[in-house]
Amino acid sequence: MIRIALRMLVGDRLKYIGLVAGLAFATLLITQQGSIFAGFTRRSGSWIRDTGQADLWIMDPQVEFTEDRKAMQDSALLKVRGVEGIEWAVPLYKSYVQARLQDGTRVVVRMIGLDDATLTGGPPIMEQGTLELLKQDRAILVDARDMDDGLRLRRGVGDEGPRELRVGDRIDLNEHETVVVGSFRRTREFFWDPVVYTTYTRALRMAPPERKSLGYVLARVKPGLDPREVARRVEETTRLRADTSDDYEARSMDFILAKTGILPNFGITIALGFVIGVLISGQLLYNFILENQRAFAAMKAMGASNMLLLRMVFAQVMFAAFIGFGLGVGVTAVVGQLLHDSKLAFHMAWQVPVFGGLAILICCLIAAAISIQRVLRLEPAVVFKG
Amino acid sequence: MDVTTSMRVAVSCRGVTKTFGKGENAVQALRGVDLEVLLGQMTMLVGPSGCGKTTLISVIAGILERSAGECTVLGEDTSRLPDRQRAAWRGRNVGFVFQALNLVPTLTAAENVAIPLLILGVDHKAALARAGLMLERVGLASRTRSLPPQLSGGQQQRIAIARALVHEPRLLVCDEPTSALDHETGHKVMELLHEVASSDNRALIVVTHDSRIFSFADRIAHMDDGRVERIETFTKT
Repeated sequence: MIRIALRMLVGDRLKYIGLVAGLAFATLLITQQGSIFAGFTRRSGSWIRDTGQADLWIMDPQVEFTEDRKAMQDSALLKVRGVEGIEWAVPLYKSYVQARLQDGTRVVVRMIGLDDATLTGGPPIMEQGTLELLKQDRAILVDARDMDDGLRLRRGVGDEGPRELRVGDRIDLNEHETVVVGSFRRTREFFWDPVVYTTYTRALRMAPPERKSLGYVLARVKPGLDPREVARRVEETTRLRADTSDDYEARSMDFILAKTGILPNFGITIALGFVIGVLISGQLLYNFILENQRAFAAMKAMGASNMLLLRMVFAQVMFAAFIGFGLGVGVTAVVGQLLHDSKLAFHMAWQVPVFGGLAILICCLIAAAISIQRVLRLEPAVVFKG
Repeated sequence: MDVTTSMRVAVSCRGVTKTFGKGENAVQALRGVDLEVLLGQMTMLVGPSGCGKTTLISVIAGILERSAGECTVLGEDTSRLPDRQRAAWRGRNVGFVFQALNLVPTLTAAENVAIPLLILGVDHKAALARAGLMLERVGLASRTRSLPPQLSGGQQQRIAIARALVHEPRLLVCDEPTSALDHETGHKVMELLHEVASSDNRALIVVTHDSRIFSFADRIAHMDDGRVERIETFTKT
């Protein structure tokens, strides 16, 4: 009878397509918004993942997330290096500074200063030039995407019209002249300001004078040791905060979610998708049952038990849910793939289809529970009514 | 009733009543029906609209509970069975031909006919094969894959009859089987039903208003106001 139930479902093409389209649309809403939410939250940890050489991030205990600058004394670096289990530790500078482009355009950029000797903590992929070029006088590296976006010369230089920033162009950072020696590619971040890399010493020279200037210490743990255990030792010894990359990423993500309110904002959209899913699938399923109630009543008269009819309706609902969910999640994935290189924050983490599937399943079960009442209450005697 | 007759009794109703609703809104549809239906015979229930014909076949077929009285169908008092067992009993023993046919428009003729077998748990393939044979018997061997809307009223009626017979029930209940058919088609349908009743030793109960088909009956029970007023018995040559 399950095959008969499915044949009944797909036999009425128009209604079947309507039902599946409704469920696919609800899935699309839920998984697309879920993926964008996942994309945004993932972006909050992009810089940490891009800075993959370090096992531990050591910072001021009050630092809440990646853009929160609470500098430490320079002596922190030596303290960390002295902790048992640390293989190496290097300084990292990060701060917002004023930049003035050659055409006079002023922008705020994030300046990251890398350890002069090792250049540890640099960008993941070089597009033009090499990381070693940072050792040249006044050298900075800029994000290739920013060259035609955040760092674009909108006013133009001299007789030139507006153009993208190029290697060889000069940028003043806090009134200090720098030269673009190369460009890199990084993972898009939650925050949008352009990023420039330079050396640690040069960054300190260009930054406003402060008593404390050390943003982070990046450290590698000796092979075979548990990074979390070494992090605990660092915290005990230095009174600083030491996070593994994963822990720092999670902490940044939690802070951004809590402070920006994107969780409830996306949650509302996802909930709306769920409600629309319930309403659409509920109404379509209810209509489907209503139109087939004489057939169900006839089957009841012919000896079908309520349990058999329940199984039939359940099979119909599950089949529609499966196809609708598959289509919806497929469209979401294709759209995500097509917009892969755009600014859209899209990341279909495994949790998205899993929770999306559960949401659609719950949608359909609610809709089925409403519709099925009709079948259970059917009096088989109605089949004798003309 | 002699022993031979009692062995042939398919349905025996004594003082059957059925009341719908309660109190002032109560409607008494059956007011003490006495009726016997014999195997191998076609019994027609006739009478004006609202006289209780449909209620009576619903009670006999075990899809409606009587309010009072006794009714034994194929040796079973179905009112004593729990719902699930009563449904299973119906599935095994009763075939239905509904006035509105109640064919599923999205299923093929063979699938519609196979439904009673599938309800009984017969394997899908085997059920379709038996449905095909039954369609052949009612003259629709070439239309097994047709959908009901693609067929004429007479062909749809024959599908409904095939569906009612496919699981070889001993009691066949037909509600106005010719009401939507022209005279010629109705005549053919009745010939088919009569052949089914007499050849397979089944009991047939046919509810009808159509006086043109009275000649097919072995017995006619005239109903009025919830009672069987009189029974005519015909001896066929």
